[in-house]
Parts: sequence; structure tokens; C-alpha cells
Amino acid sequence: MARTREALLLLLDVSPSMHSVLPDVEKLCSRLIQKKLIYGKNHEVGVILFGTEETENELTKEVGGYEHVKVLQDIKVVDGHLVQSLKHLPQGTCAGDYMLIKKYGETYKGKKHLCLITDALCPLKDPDVGTKEDQVSTIARQMVAFGLRMKNIVVRASLSGEPHMRVIIENDNLLNIFSKKSSAKTLFVDSTTSLRGARKTRDISPVTIFRGDLELSEKMKIKVWVYKKTGEEKFPTLKKYSDKAPSTDKFATHEVKVDYEYKSVEDPSKVVPPEQRIKGYRYGPQVVPISSAEWEAVKFKPEKSVKLLGFTDASNILRHYYMKDVNLFIAEPGNSRATVAVSALARAMKEMNKVAIVRCVWRQGQQSVVVGVLTPNVSEKINIPDSFYFNVLPFAEDVREFQFPSFSKFPVSWQPNEQQQEAADNLVKMLDLAPSGKGEILQPELTPNPALERFYHHLELKSEHQDAAPPPLDDSLKKITEPDPTLLAESQSAIDAFCGQFVIKENPKLKKSTRRFLREKPSGSDEPNGDGSVSDAQAVNSMESKPVVTVDKIGDLTPIQDFEAMMSRRDCPDWVDKAIEDMKNKIFGLLENSNEGINYPKAVELLVALRKGCILEQEPKQFNDVLEKVCKICRKRNFSTFFDFLMSKKLSLISKSEAVDSDITDDEAGSFIVKSQPKHED
Amino acid sequence: MELDPDDVFRDDDEESDNEFYQEHEATKEYVVYLVDASPKMFSTTCPAEDQTDETHFHIAVSCIAQSLKTQIINRLYDEVAICFFNTRKKKNLQDLNGVFVFNVAEREQLDRPTARFIKEFDHIEESFEKEIGSQYGIVSGSRENSLYNALWVAQGLLRKGSSKTADKRILLFTNEDDPFGSIKGAAKNDMTRTTMQRAKDAQDLGISIELLPLSPPDEEFKVSHFYADMIGLEGDDLALFMPSAGQKLEDMKDQLRKRMFSKRIVKRISFIIANGLSIELNTYALIRPTVPGAITWLDSVTNHPLKTERSFICADTGALMQEPAKRFQPYKGENIKFSVQELSEIKRVSTGHLRLHGFKPLSYLKDYHNLRPSTFVFPSDKEVVGSTCIFIALHRSMLRLNRFAVAFYGNPSNPRLVALVAQDEIVRAGGQVEPPGMHMIYLPYSDDIRPVEELHSDTDAVPRASDDEVKKAAALMKRIDLKDFSVCQFANPSLQRHYAVLQALALEEDDMPEIKDETVPDEEGMARPGVVKAVEEFKLSVYGDNYDEEGDVKVSEASRKRKAATENAAKECANYDWADLADKGKLKEMTVQELKLYLMAHNLSTTGRKETLISRILTHMGK
Repeated sequence: MARTREALLLLLDVSPSMHSVLPDVEKLCSRLIQKKLIYGKNHEVGVILFGTEETENELTKEVGGYEHVKVLQDIKVVDGHLVQSLKHLPQGTCAGDYMLIKKYGETYKGKKHLCLITDALCPLKDPDVGTKEDQVSTIARQMVAFGLRMKNIVVRASLSGEPHMRVIIENDNLLNIFSKKSSAKTLFVDSTTSLRGARKTRDISPVTIFRGDLELSEKMKIKVWVYKKTGEEKFPTLKKYSDKAPSTDKFATHEVKVDYEYKSVEDPSKVVPPEQRIKGYRYGPQVVPISSAEWEAVKFKPEKSVKLLGFTDASNILRHYYMKDVNLFIAEPGNSRATVAVSALARAMKEMNKVAIVRCVWRQGQQSVVVGVLTPNVSEKINIPDSFYFNVLPFAEDVREFQFPSFSKFPVSWQPNEQQQEAADNLVKMLDLAPSGKGEILQPELTPNPALERFYHHLELKSEHQDAAPPPLDDSLKKITEPDPTLLAESQSAIDAFCGQFVIKENPKLKKSTRRFLREKPSGSDEPNGDGSVSDAQAVNSMESKPVVTVDKIGDLTPIQDFEAMMSRRDCPDWVDKAIEDMKNKIFGLLENSNEGINYPKAVELLVALRKGCILEQEPKQFNDVLEKVCKICRKRNFSTFFDFLMSKKLSLISKSEAVDSDITDDEAGSFIVKSQPKHED
Repeated sequence: MELDPDDVFRDDDEESDNEFYQEHEATKEYVVYLVDASPKMFSTTCPAEDQTDETHFHIAVSCIAQSLKTQIINRLYDEVAICFFNTRKKKNLQDLNGVFVFNVAEREQLDRPTARFIKEFDHIEESFEKEIGSQYGIVSGSRENSLYNALWVAQGLLRKGSSKTADKRILLFTNEDDPFGSIKGAAKNDMTRTTMQRAKDAQDLGISIELLPLSPPDEEFKVSHFYADMIGLEGDDLALFMPSAGQKLEDMKDQLRKRMFSKRIVKRISFIIANGLSIELNTYALIRPTVPGAITWLDSVTNHPLKTERSFICADTGALMQEPAKRFQPYKGENIKFSVQELSEIKRVSTGHLRLHGFKPLSYLKDYHNLRPSTFVFPSDKEVVGSTCIFIALHRSMLRLNRFAVAFYGNPSNPRLVALVAQDEIVRAGGQVEPPGMHMIYLPYSDDIRPVEELHSDTDAVPRASDDEVKKAAALMKRIDLKDFSVCQFANPSLQRHYAVLQALALEEDDMPEIKDETVPDEEGMARPGVVKAVEEFKLSVYGDNYDEEGDVKVSEASRKRKAATENAAKECANYDWADLADKGKLKEMTVQELKLYLMAHNLSTTGRKETLISRILTHMGK
């Protein structure tokens, strides 16, 4: 198949002005060849250097001229040596001109690419006949005739010294002729990082995922083709290695076969052949077996189609809803009416800030539909048609409605003050990756994948030394994983100001508390908010909703309430005992520390509460013991006024009629205080 | 070999390396449905949608049935019990009067719903009078208190599990706003008090009690009579309660079958800003494609589950081996070996943190800068105090200046450049539609972006729409405008069908339920004269009046060939008497080429072995 073959000619400028970026050029080219070695073994590559010391090419021999051009390698099928030779490009000493030479065999079937990497800083020699423009046009025409695609990468990183503006402008103009007259693309890069990503190192032949009608309605259809616009390049799938074969066996594949066996969970000795399996889906705790025939009969079978559901304001589709890699909708090539229709829609959408919602079933027999959004891609170049980008949108099932607290509900200490906000504004403005007048830094289109770069680098190292360690990232790649020091230096003042405004510290309480700092309460929930019990013993530490504060000890401020709260706690029966115990201690404490009886009223109040609680909980003995003990203490210390209080409150033992478990009769209870009262006359 | 359970719902070349957004079910919910079964529930009715009257009992029961069917899919691990009170018969652990706990065999009283449970509950109304019976449980003169008993039973059912790991709820369905209305004097106070205490006891144990009041159209359910105290309603909440309760009942009925995920932090990461200043962020998965539950392979003979066992066999020696620790890549005629450690080392190009590079205007984030679902980030002060403040400041600045942050996310499995797009909180009708925070969008690298626009570019200029054509398109856009479009307004028809089929098979329902595909275009709307006219005008302006769908298209070489071949086949095919050949069993003697003629002429697939071709021909002939 012709389309799987590809010939690439690398035209590399090695003249002195390029020396600083040559290591990156070398890496870019090696990567290109490496990937061809893995993915496109029969692709052909040739390398031509210009600006070299020596001259070595056919045209010199045939027609003369073309000095300082060296053919490093004629076009041939890729092999490992090429990677080697590209590793050390000779550093040229002469200013070279970049004139192209026909290197392609005219009969070559397949795609022909040409990649020129230069800084276009050297003046071109005037040709013998005609102007430079004429000459370039002739070459461009010839390239079209050969079906040659050209990509020019112009490095503008090392713009040092006095730039020869005239030369640059002239060269740029000449390169533009290429773009106009042939299918050439010129790319200006201004950093080595961008240079590394400037040439796609692997060409994937594009395949449509859909060809057919975009149905605006029953009556109006537009013929479109859909391609993938983005697709993640993954690590190559490595095979599992078996070291079982003897090292002497030259033909060993070292491959590993993976076998699967299906065994009954209950009886592991029983092996079930794969065709005897049936799919089961969970329904509650059960598994419902569904045979593929049953599925076939009932499953969702939409027809292949792409249908418009309507247009809507672009603001209705938030950017983060895009679910997957992106597709491109383009009018059927060669169909001028479809092209116009797509163009009209795209331009109108852009003008009105609208997007289209479409429902897509790409293939017949596909079991699901996708709903997505078409956004306009209005082309700047006259030779590229307008198109749409397509992004998949989530279904209702795909969106998880987690609630988060509003920023405004956070405490004031978490809100930035005016100075802090200003510092943040300043940082966002100053730490600019797209400064006006300069190129965008870290443009995704020009940023290589550092992990993959590293893998291929390592692969190459390993092919030389089996035990080579993974190489560190080089400087150009470091600029992807870490911020660029030069940019940081430029905005140092803004960064310092920002860092100075904010204080961060480790949370000291972290180890003690396991509770999450933020208690997020879903808004709109009707759950009761606490059970109403309050305590002074616990400081309420929560931000927005009061946590359910449970009382676990009797405090000093509201002992009665605390006691009642504790008595009514039912999460553990021990609470009642604890509450009574705590209350006892409190009462005794009050009596002990009572100076001239100022605590008496309080102590009596507590006793009343305790009595009530003990009746409720049917714990008469507990209270009766307390009361007797209290009386004993009072008698010993002669707190006579205390008894008056008891009398006034009519406080007595809990009798049988109040609590069945009591062994005190009503009479005994009635006479208790009188009896225990110390006799004044004694 | 089919090993991947989700292949049905996956798109072409998605891989299952999604380990970093896998989800786990976290906390459970234990629910006791407490249904009043008093005669009043049967005698009062409400007009239903189809004009027939429905009893309150029916409303409650069907609501629960619906909710169970949804729950069994949405929240698999939640446990439920259904308990009727004011019943004639009793069935409960405490042996209390007037309370009947509904259950089926092989199931604990509070347990995950099973197909059988749902199925029998579906028919509860038919057998209710006979099996359970309805009777007022609170009558004057008796000390019976069925509401008290019911709460006690519910509390007993919910004794299992800790309230820390499970959310325990009692959902009370009743149409009696004053359960002790028939009682007078001290007895009433006493009953009210004990019932309240019972409810409070339950609440203290971490059980929440929710009331779903039913009221006849002309009468209002007065929460203030009794229930307000029980469920803790005060002030403004009281006034808002009734409308919200009605909504809740509706919501229970038409819930979408949708697997619920509890809010879970996917990862805690630190966001390094500059100068060693770094803050703490939590990441959440707010949007992820939902797939039907995992497949359990069963033995089709016994329906017993199977387990898969993997064994590794050396291709050279045939020896059984352990999972090999090395991988290899053929390169330059050699096998280059990598250990698993080396591979993960290669991917670790950065620490696992998020490093800020800088900011760009939002217009630099192109629509095609997307690869996978975004991840939501929200600040946390749990470990680093001050994180939230810095985050809020940056968030505001980014919103105000219309900029997004570019950062490098050194996730060890897939390190990527990401865009952090600030999202302001959006609250609509009291509910949060969009939480405040930032969305992390994974950016493609240069090799991930394909220059497909240029694929068919020419050296000549391509046709462009004229101003008039654009104007017509704009007019069309105004006509077909989805005003309140929201991204998640459509349910996934494929997934809903899956769940419906599963339910029908599990409950042995006879007819397959039809699932409405919400994603098809609105035919009615499209047929409105205004729309039709706008479409016609647009069509006329871009296509001209004599547009022939096929005529304008250059038929590709391959398809022309294919067409010719089919025509040829049809001709050749007529030379054979296929029916006769088939009857005499002579198809076997024919060549594959000849067999293909028949298949091509009848537009059938020509792939497969000779036997397959023959059987396909026979099937087509109906033999």
C-alpha cells in the first residue's frame, strides 16, 4: 500500500548561527527516526546538511555551484545507523544557502515530506539567472508537481547580536512563497522546547470515523467527514519478556503467552470452557445472567446518523464538560456546496457566539449514542476550509452532583484581604505565558511529551548499553515539567509580593483530630440540624453548620441542662450512671466549698434535678444514697441552714409510689428530713 | 478473547488505564420505610395524573416500589426495611402490636433489596388486606400506641452497624397529622410525651426521621399538630416544609436510574506556586463516563460465578512461569529490555505535584485542547493552613482577568500539562449548579494533536460562505435555539435501556419496558413552519435550487469499483440455479469465488471460511 510508505527528507542548517540549538535539532531528528524504526519500518529518510565546511552533492558535480551542501545520507529505508549519525551533526563553519535539490526518485509512490530546519539568518546567494523569487517559485512549482509536502521550522531563539533584519525579511518572504505556491507550512519557534515539539515525530495516517450526512433537519443535510483531532499518543505496548530460553538459542522470541482459564468459584478444580460462559450483571445482591442472544434481541440499536438537536449560547456549555478527545467535522472534500454550507454555519456560529448540539452514532451497529457540541473553527488561511470541532458532552448519569461550600461562607480569616487580592491580581498578570508581541510559551501544539521523549532517549541508550539508567530530562524538557527560571526571574517582584502577602503553616492540630476540618453539609437537605442540646464544655469549632454537640460531662455553667441532656442520651446505657455520678460529685463539691452557705441554693437545685432524673430513669436507690450521704455530711458539719432549704423544697427520699424499685415507704420518705435534721437543742 | 466487561459501552480506542479515577462506594445508607396502614390511608384519595383516584396507601407503596427499583441500581449497598403500622396483624422482633415488618425469604429484615423483595412488594396491595390488614392502632381507652411501637421497631431494625459508617434514616409516610387526636386529656399528653421521647432516643442514636406527609387535595396536613416537634421544625422551616415535602415525594418517584457515587477525594495534591509556596488541594471526579456495572462471568450450565485464572507460558520453551518482571521492545534488530521499575521511573518526570507555570488568557485554551474528562480541584486547610485563602485570591483574579493557569501535573501514571480554569459558583433555584473551584483540563502534547484540517487543503482557495449565506445561517440559528440547554439534560439511552432490561429480567417481568430516547431531535419543533422556512432558505442560499444530493459528489474510485463488482456478480449469479444446488448439497463442491457471487449479488457479507459462506447462503435462502 502506497499510503503506508513515506519518504522524508531532512534539510538541516548547521551553519554557525544554528550551533546553539543543534543539540535539540539532533534530538528532534533522532526521535523522528526512532519512531520510524518502531512504527514505520519501511519509511525512507534522507538527510542533507547545509552550511557545512565541505561540499558533497550530485548537483555540484553535475552543474556546479551548491557549495557547502553535504548529503549526509541519501534517501533510503530507515535503519539504526541513521540515529547514530544524527547524533553528532558536524558543526558547519560557513554560512550556507538552502537550495533544494531533487533527491526523490521520481517514481516513488507514497507520501513525500520535506522538513527544513533553519534559522534563516544567512543571506542567499543571488542566482545566475533571474531573481531569488523566481528561483523559489520554480522550486515550489516543482514540489507541487512531485506532490511534495514541505514543513519549514525556523528557529528564532538565538536572536543575538545585531539581527540582519534585511536578510531575515527577505528570507521570510521567500519562505512565504513556499507556503503560498505549494502545500508548505512554515512554523516559527522561539525556544528550544518548542523546537522539540515543532515536528510531529510520528505521522499517523488519518482515518475518518464517520462519513455521511450532518442532518440539520429531514430536508437539509450536509455531507461531512469526521476525523480525530486529538488522540493521546501512548507508550508503545511492550511485550512481556521470557528469560526461559537458553541464551544460545538465537531464534528465541522471548515472548510470553498469557493463557486464561475459567474456574468455578465453588469448585476450583472444575474448568469451564470460554464458550460455556455467560455474562451476569449485578441486580442487588444477585447476579442476573443474560445471554448474548437475549441482549442482541433487546439492546439499544440506534441507526448510524449525525443529527442536529439545536443551537444554543456558547456560554451554556462550560469548558470543563468536554469529556474526551476531540473530533473535527469537515465538509466532504471536493464537495464545494457542502464546504460553503459548513462555512456559513461556522461563521454564523462564531458571529453570534452560538454552538450546535448534535447527536451522533458514528457506525451502524454501535450500541450507544454520543451527544456533543460543535464549535466553529473558522480558518484563517484561504486554502484551508472552515470546519467544526466536536466535543463529547456528559449525560445526566455522568455528572456527579457533589456540593461544595461557597467561598463566601468561609470564615473571614480565609478570605483574602484587599492587599492580598491585589498581589494575586498582579501575579496572574505578571506571570504571563502569552506576553504580547512574543510567542506563546508552552503552546500545546509545540510541546513534546517529556515522558515519551525520555522513553525513546532511554531506548536508544539501552541499545548501546543494556544496563543504562533512565536519563535525566535535558534542559529543553525541564522547561515543561518545571517553570522556566528566566520567566520566574522576570516576574520576581510580583512573586515576592505575592508570597509576602500570604502566610501558610502546617496545621498543628492535625495529629489530634481525625475529623475533617471542613464539615460540608449538603445544601437542600432536610436533615435536622443537631438535637438542640447545648454545652459550654465544647467550643463550637465548625464553620457553617453547627455540628451535633453531644454532652459528655456536666459543666459549671448549666449543670442542670447538661445533666438532663446526658440522662436522655440513649446511645449507651452508661450515660445515665455517668450523669448521676457527675451530679453527685458536683453536689458534694458545692457543699464542700460552700462558704457560709452561699452555694446551698445551687446544691439544692441540683438535688431537685437529680431526683427528677432518677425517678424518670427509675433509679431511686442512686438518689436516696446521695441524699442520705448529703444529710450525713451536713449533720457532721452542722450545716443547719441547708436543711431549711431542703425543707422549703420539700425534698425527700424517692418513695415506692414514685419508683417501684424503691424500698422506702411514703411515710419514711415524709419523715426523712425531720429525722435527719440535727437537733438544735442538742 | 473477551475480558473487558465494559467493551460494549466503550468507544473505539479508549483504554482502561483509568485507574486514577476509579471510584469506590463509601458510606452506606440504612432506610426504614414506615408506612401508616390505617383505614384512613385507604379511604382518602387523591386524583392521579390519569384522572382516576388513588388511595394514599397506593401512593406511598408505589413510591417506595419505584424508589427500591432505582435504589437497587443506584446504591447497591444500601439496606432497607419496610414496616407498616396500624395493622391488624403484627410481625416484628419486639412482638409489638399493630406493627408489621414486610419481608421475604432469604433476607434479613434490614438488608439490601433483592429482586424477590421488590417483586413481592410490587404486589403488596393485592394481598394486604388478607395478610396484614388495616386497623387503627391508637384508640381512646386503650394504652396501645402504634406510632410509638412503629418507631421502636424501626429503631430496633436500625440497630445494626455504626452510625459513623452508615446514614440511618426512617421515612415516615402518613396522612394523619394528629395521631393522638382521638385521645383526650392526660392520656394524650402522656402518649405524646412518650412518643416524642422515643423519637428523640432514635435521633440520639444517629437516626434521622423524615416525614413524607400525604394530604387530600382539599385539606392541609398540619405539621404543627404533632410532627413539627418530632422532626425538629421551627420558624421559617415550618412554613417551607409542606411544599418541600411534596417535592420530595415526587423526586422519589421519578428518580433517574443512575449509579450514585459518594463524594470522595480522588487525590490530595500540593500545588506549588512559586518560591517554595505551595498549597493543599483536593481533587474530585465530578464528571466521568458511567458504565453499567461490572460483569460477573457465570457458568451457563449452573449459573455459578466463575473466576479467571491467568497463567504465563514461555513461547519458546512452553514452560509455565511467574508473571515476568521485564518487558521488551524490539529495536534495531535487538530486544531492548526494560524492568517494570525502569518504566515507572521513566514516567516520573516530576514529583507528583502540580507546579504552576504561569497564566494565559482564556482565548488561548482552544476547543481542541482536550483529551479526557476534567478533574475538579478544591482547596483544603486540613494540612496546610492558609491554602484556602491563597486559592480564593487566585480564583478571583483569574475570573476577573479572564485567565487560566498552566501547570504541570506530575501524576506518576500520566504526567501532563494541565490548564486550571476557574469556575465561579452558580446557584440556581436554591441549589448549587456549579461548585466554586477550578477545573483541571488535561492538555494534549504536540504529538497528540493532528493537523487534520490541512489534510485536504489545496493550493487554491477553498470556497467560503458569502455574507448573505452567513446571514441565512444566523437566521436558522435563531429559529432552532435551545434556550435553557444544560449539558446533563439527557439520560444516556443506552444505559437506561441496560438498566430497564436488567430489571425486567431480574423481576421476570413479561414485557420489556420501552425507554424513551431523549437524545433524538425534537421532530415536532423541527416541523414548525418558521423552522422549516428558515431551513429552506438556508438550503436555497448555500445549495442553489437544483441540488442533487448525490450528483455533486465525486464518487470515489473504490466505491465505483465495488458497485461494478456487485453488478457483475448479480449478472454472473443468475447463471446458477442456487436453489437446486443447495437442495442437492452441491454448494460444497463450488469454489469460494462462485459462492461469493451469490453473496455479493444479495448484498451479504463475503467474509469467513467456506463453511461460513455456505451456511450464510442457506440462511439467506431460508433453508
